Amino acid sequence: MNADVFVAGVGVISAIGNNVAECLSAFESEQAGMGPISYLGTVHRQEIPVAEVKLSNEELAFRAGVSSRISRTALLSMIAAKAALEDASIKDLSSLRTGFVSANTVGGMDKSEDFFVDFLSDPRKGKLRDVFQHECGSITEWVADQLNIRHYITTVSTACSSSANAIAYGARLIRHGMLDVVIAGGTDALTKFTLNGFNTLMILDRRYCKPFDEERGGLNLGEGAGYVVLVSEQAAASLKLYCRLSGFCNANDAYHQTASSPDGTGSYLAMKGAVERSGLRPSDIDYINLHGTGTQNNDMAEATAIKRLFEPHYPRMSSTKSFTGHTLGASGGIEAVFSVLSIRHGIVYPNLRFRTAMSGFSFVPETSFSKNEPIRHVLSNSFGFGGNCSSLIFSKL
Amino acid sequence: MSIYIRATASISPQKTFGRVPFLTEPIEYTGNRLTCVEPDYKGLIDVKLIRRMSRIIKMGVAAASECLQEAGGVSPDAIITGTAFGCLEDTGLFLTRIIQQQEEMLSPTAFIQSTHNTVGGQIALMLQCHHYNNTFVHRGFSFESALLDGMMLLQEKEASHVLVGSVDEITDSSHAILTRFGLYKRLPGSKGVDSEGVDPKGFDSKGTLAGEGAAFFLLTDQPSASDYARFDAITTFYKPHDIRDIQDQISSFLTVHSIGIEDIDLIITGNNGDTKGDTIYRQLKQTIFSRSDSIHYKNLCGEYPSSASFALWLAANIIKTGAVPAAVYRDHEDNRFRDGNDDLYQEGNDDRHQDGKSNAIRRILIYNHYQNIHHSLLLLSAC
Repeated sequence: MNADVFVAGVGVISAIGNNVAECLSAFESEQAGMGPISYLGTVHRQEIPVAEVKLSNEELAFRAGVSSRISRTALLSMIAAKAALEDASIKDLSSLRTGFVSANTVGGMDKSEDFFVDFLSDPRKGKLRDVFQHECGSITEWVADQLNIRHYITTVSTACSSSANAIAYGARLIRHGMLDVVIAGGTDALTKFTLNGFNTLMILDRRYCKPFDEERGGLNLGEGAGYVVLVSEQAAASLKLYCRLSGFCNANDAYHQTASSPDGTGSYLAMKGAVERSGLRPSDIDYINLHGTGTQNNDMAEATAIKRLFEPHYPRMSSTKSFTGHTLGASGGIEAVFSVLSIRHGIVYPNLRFRTAMSGFSFVPETSFSKNEPIRHVLSNSFGFGGNCSSLIFSKL
Repeated sequence: MSIYIRATASISPQKTFGRVPFLTEPIEYTGNRLTCVEPDYKGLIDVKLIRRMSRIIKMGVAAASECLQEAGGVSPDAIITGTAFGCLEDTGLFLTRIIQQQEEMLSPTAFIQSTHNTVGGQIALMLQCHHYNNTFVHRGFSFESALLDGMMLLQEKEASHVLVGSVDEITDSSHAILTRFGLYKRLPGSKGVDSEGVDPKGFDSKGTLAGEGAAFFLLTDQPSASDYARFDAITTFYKPHDIRDIQDQISSFLTVHSIGIEDIDLIITGNNGDTKGDTIYRQLKQTIFSRSDSIHYKNLCGEYPSSASFALWLAANIIKTGAVPAAVYRDHEDNRFRDGNDDLYQEGNDDRHQDGKSNAIRRILIYNHYQNIHHSLLLLSAC
């Protein structure tokens, strides 16, 4: 039950690129993905910046080779999951037991929003094809069917930590000998529902977000999908591998439904647990891909937890949400892909727009892009509503 | 390693919550919507929270709380929830306000409570439980995924007491929409139904009855005298090709766990009254299940994607009490209602069960499918 689980493929789509190469190039040239809203139909168009994937549903559907009538959440998932599977280039996939463990928080809400307008006026109205993907699970299932995966399918939804939990669950299915290969990660599309939800919580920055900065003013919402292809030791034998998923931990802050505790209890327990389970010491971690949303509350809690676990030997760290925005249920998957790429290419990502250190903390995030660095162990954090906190650790082979 | 069901609690369309007799007063439903019999939440949940919580959150938190209380106030090492639809009421409310108020002047409460992990998060908050917490939202696999997660945690020695459960609610909107999808039986007077109507309990018509419920279980690797049953195994399979495939899946599940169908004392199947969906159960009854005693449960709780949790609650109680309540339908080819002469059934005037415990039912297999997409098998036995 402690067998090694390896990463054999990655796939991503986000506001900074429609694939791995485009995302890496955006990081290197420090091009953030935020901007004025151009695809989402909302009254907040002029007022709230977001990090949209720069393709319409029709363009996404064309790339995925499917109908554009389906939910954007499914389109994003399909593109990234398919890319991950192709990247792994597993021969004879059909002879292996393959699973799809995908996370999301919005399901087909983008379509349900359209349906509900008509439905509210008359319960006999609204096109049913706009709600058949309302459930989170139906997004996963549609993509699994497209990819012809049937051995094991499930969906995780733990708010902003969803994808990290999907990856950990997928790894455990392999460790228990139930599956050979798992495509794990998550997807979320921007919707009016989440935009307005986060807006009512007054945690959306009207400017581009500044994670881990003393002057931070909230988060920018983003969208996208990210998946890793996890393989068992046996299945890994003939594959080119990125790294090992060496540890993970899920903990709960148990403080408030939406806010993090000031001392970052959940964040601390998740990071500490992941380090312990990977058989490492905190000082072994070379880079932390922060949850770093840019809200006062999250960044304070996360920084406090980092201080408690790592002081005085702080790893390098940054929030790639300064590029992609906060992609909610997809963030753990997208950032897992970035973490894996950090190990592969020795990359430390910059934390854009950082100027002033948070008071009370002696560490600051990285501000410039570097590669070919000696990165052996990367810690990826995903914390969310409901107190759900999860951390993953990827390690060089 | 063995896993035990230490405690369980269920809020369902029947009187199942708290220290009540085991389904002795079944509630008969005439419509196509079965609604949960909710307890008085005072004493179970902080009064200040009751007012704010939607129905599904109250049901989930109360069922979890009652389950832990029955387990002697044990503090769980993990909280795992399954919900196919999530918090529909709050989702619908926030969506409605977005539309009606054109995205202006919205209050955050409904949004906060609409996330799928709200119930799991609220349980953790109530218990101040900092341990593992996960929520699965995969249609007819939601509860099954949660169960598997719990079993794996126990096997990994990551946890010794795991709280696993599921919650799903029907709202007016979800009922209206799913009715339009043709999921439920049409009632007399509704469009397309003749004047005689359709008996919603009839087993030969299209559609099923809408159901809902919350059920939680405390699973542990440490046996005790008060355990309900041993939880042996779970498996799921997705979109089987045909009946042969289903039979093969069931056979190989039994083989993997080194038992034969003759070792099963009772099978609980997920018949829901929909002619098409029930064909599978009927075919199995004629073949692989032909010599086994079997019962249904959805006449009690209705159909919903996480209904296997009600079946597990039922099975655990049957093993604990040693008898099948009279309210449960027996699966007979020629008799859709229970056969009162059967040994398995509790009878007030029957002296065969006067010791209150029969050893007849030591092993139960639950087989359920949701829309012939999600199939699951659960196996449990007497301790």
